[in-house]
Amino acid sequence: MDQTIPLSWYLAVSAVLFTLGALGVLIRRNPLIIFMSIELMLNSANLAFVAFARSFGVLTGQIFVFFVMTVSAAEVAVGLALIIIIFRNKHSIDVDLMNSLKG
Amino acid sequence: MNLTIILFIILAAVAVASAVGLLVSRNTVYAALYLVLNFATVAVFYLLLGAPFIALAQVTIYAGAIMVLFLFVIMLLGSEVLPKAKVLPWQRPLAIVLTVILLAEAGLLLFQRLQLTVGLANPDASVNTTAALQDLANTLFNQYLLPFEVTSVLLLVAMVGVIVLTKKEKGEPG
Repeated sequence: MDQTIPLSWYLAVSAVLFTLGALGVLIRRNPLIIFMSIELMLNSANLAFVAFARSFGVLTGQIFVFFVMTVSAAEVAVGLALIIIIFRNKHSIDVDLMNSLKG
Repeated sequence: MNLTIILFIILAAVAVASAVGLLVSRNTVYAALYLVLNFATVAVFYLLLGAPFIALAQVTIYAGAIMVLFLFVIMLLGSEVLPKAKVLPWQRPLAIVLTVILLAEAGLLLFQRLQLTVGLANPDASVNTTAALQDLANTLFNQYLLPFEVTSVLLLVAMVGVIVLTKKEKGEPG
């Protein structure tokens, strides 16, 4: 009885999560949920990074995950600030209403 | 069926179910909480893969900081439930078809072409020692020192940018 899980299983979970994130970006029209779906996609990429790092026995994959987390934190802060400004100007955050670049 | 495989299957089911919950929930607060659950299960995956530092960073940064920021904004805007807008009739089926194609491509690549059958054994106790953490720190602060410093500049720029963006201009109402 072996205690190993194939690398491809982790990558399959990662692929399914990424696909669900992409589906969320396509079908939802609340920008907050679109943002959360983007986070889901980044997270699935992180899972693939760590699985490959474990498979190759190197630490570089984990370092990359660390950087992805930092960048996504910065991205979320800026994105949520933009959503707040749009809400302040239009009193709604439906993505269908954001069709002009002029505030 | 050994214990590791059972644990993996349960975790994968919870991760996928919480991602689906994120997609279908109408209330944004519920969606955020589903995403927290998803991040927590991915953190357990990291533990299974022998990356305890990344797992804890996942819990503190993602489930802690980022999702609390999301919840703050959701409650600040008071937009928990958006009114039903009129939707393009072909948008949802087309999106589902496209993502099914994407998933089929990924599955084809994974299980037909690459054949990544290498097994990942359970991490032994050595990943929980100080030496493992020292290895990680050595890599981060020697080989990747410059990207690490650039990251600090990135965070500073994001912080200043957010403050400038949300600052009300003088004389502006509201």
